[in-house]
Amino acid sequence: MAERGTQGMRPFVAKWALVAVPYLWSLMFFLAPFLIILKISLSQTAIAMPPYTPVINTLGEFWSKLTDFSLDNYMFLGEDPLYYSAYLSSLRIALISTVLLLIVGYPIAYGMARAPKSVRNALVMAVILPFWTSFLIRVYAWIGILKPEGLITIALQGLGILGPGEQIHIYNTETAVFIGIVYSYLPFMVLPLYAALEKLDATLLEAAADLGCPPMKSFWVITFPLSLPGVIAGCFLCFIPIVGEFVIPDLLGGSGTLMIGKTLWAEFFNNRDWPVSSAVAVVLLIILVVPIVIFQNQQKKA
Amino acid sequence: MIEAVGPIKRKFAPWDDPTLKPFIRFENVTKRFGDFTAVDNLTLDIYEREFFALLGPSGCGKTTLMRMLAGFEQPTEGRILLDGKDLSGIPPYKRPVNMMFQSYALFPHMTVEGNIAFGLKQEGMDTSSINTRVAEMLSLVKLEKFAKRKPHQLSGGQRQRVALARSLAKRPKVLLLDEPLGALDKKLREETQFELMDIQVELGMTFLIVTHDQEEAMTVSDRIAVMNHGIIAQIGTASEIYEQPATRYVADFIGDINLIDGTVSAVKDGIATLHSASVDATIMAETGTGEVAVGAEAGFAIRPEKVQISLEAPPAGTPNVLSGEVWDIGYLGDISVYRVRLAGGSIVKATVANLTRMVERPITWEDKVYLTWPADAGIILLK
Repeated sequence: MAERGTQGMRPFVAKWALVAVPYLWSLMFFLAPFLIILKISLSQTAIAMPPYTPVINTLGEFWSKLTDFSLDNYMFLGEDPLYYSAYLSSLRIALISTVLLLIVGYPIAYGMARAPKSVRNALVMAVILPFWTSFLIRVYAWIGILKPEGLITIALQGLGILGPGEQIHIYNTETAVFIGIVYSYLPFMVLPLYAALEKLDATLLEAAADLGCPPMKSFWVITFPLSLPGVIAGCFLCFIPIVGEFVIPDLLGGSGTLMIGKTLWAEFFNNRDWPVSSAVAVVLLIILVVPIVIFQNQQKKA
Repeated sequence: MIEAVGPIKRKFAPWDDPTLKPFIRFENVTKRFGDFTAVDNLTLDIYEREFFALLGPSGCGKTTLMRMLAGFEQPTEGRILLDGKDLSGIPPYKRPVNMMFQSYALFPHMTVEGNIAFGLKQEGMDTSSINTRVAEMLSLVKLEKFAKRKPHQLSGGQRQRVALARSLAKRPKVLLLDEPLGALDKKLREETQFELMDIQVELGMTFLIVTHDQEEAMTVSDRIAVMNHGIIAQIGTASEIYEQPATRYVADFIGDINLIDGTVSAVKDGIATLHSASVDATIMAETGTGEVAVGAEAGFAIRPEKVQISLEAPPAGTPNVLSGEVWDIGYLGDISVYRVRLAGGSIVKATVANLTRMVERPITWEDKVYLTWPADAGIILLK
């Protein structure tokens, strides 16, 4: 009996070791940095190295310096309309971009899933091919396309749509930001949609047709509802990073494009205000995490 | 006990009535997929209220034929008529036929009710009529308690019933059943076969079933078309096909059969005498369809249950006697299968119904036995 007991232990330990790996990973690379950010956000700016106070070196100091922590930075975020409008503007841009991505990405994913099996893998490769080039370079390339004397202007002038002196002004506008975001995030929308659509059993559409449902309607009553998990995954995968996007609005958007990523960067590097920028980051995280958790709980219940 | 419902099925043979028009007509239908000819210049008539089976091995074209009627495939040549109306160019969603799919193809995001109501909603039926019809269908397939469940919460047999209810809900002119019972276990399958027959008689609809299971085809259908390589090898009732197979292919495909090859040495009054070198015997039997001439290479076909097996030699001069020794015995409970090895080495099967409760059977391995049969028990089939 004792022998059987020890034999039973080994798979038990192995199982927990396996589960522990992702948890340890999250602990080290998500929770620990988050706690550091949280701590800085409760500190005060100081002209020092590092530029905040209190600095805690040992755990013992933590308790003695507890009174130095305050919520001042969070109060400050509430007082200054800049932050408030930057958050709102980020959410608005992310929302519009996600809708645009869904509109552009769905037909692409649908076409891929309906393509002959032999070419599907090639199409998936084509979707992820842009990753072979640096993200930054691709965004810079858009400057060359969108700027007033750029490729679009040249092309339209060549076609005679624009007169010789006329130029197209997209660069440094919100439109340019949308173009850049849709272009950059498209694979993150297409791939989950493709995965969901590819799984779809084609005989379901035959069954719908057999029962008198024309093709356009069966898309809305069969295909789309069954692809919803892919739609949701794709939207989350795009919406969340777009809210905090910094590079695209910084390079393609003008000074009028307000986004929280840009604000955070300015706070951190231009103002060297680590505590306030940390508070910005923490609030951003809460804005994103809370609705997701609520949504996932709803999904589990359904 | 299973309760009998619905009217008793009586003699039904509209195909013998020349005044009746066929309800479904496949007219010289050919279907090619690239180089492959799935259906080859096929003509077939199916009558109203008939339960018709397309039977054949996979790849024989039976499913393609059904899918052409449903509208999922277009014939390369020929046309299909339903109730006198040419179906060509009519999309699947406008055809008055409904199909029960082999995989059931239930909509996973809808409840049982939702699935059954789906076709009715497409018709634009009002909600209260839909509810009445759905309730009717649920009671027909005895799934009233499962109306609110999703397909993944049902057993295989229950899903099959939902699929049936869904395809019947719109009262189609023809119900197409594509291997409808393939996923069920044997007991449930047999039970469901009889239920299907009852439902068909009760509703008075035309059913067309595609199956590779000969027992299923023989049980449920009025007539069977045995298909092979895109053509129909034979059409007939189950007993016609079993007792009077038109070709060796049909004889071999349906049920078990002994085939003895030989040369026809005489033909008189529809009785041919066949001499077989392989079993060193002379066999007299009825000629089947087709002209059997003296000197023709032919085969004698006899079902194992029509072969009598005996330990005692029949009186001298008895025609149709083979002798050999018992090589194998298969005890199946209701019957025993004896595989008898003849002097020439070929094996002939004979089945015997086990009418007594004896555990030890009188005939056992290596016994010398005699096989006999009446002159009309077998049939001569040309090669």
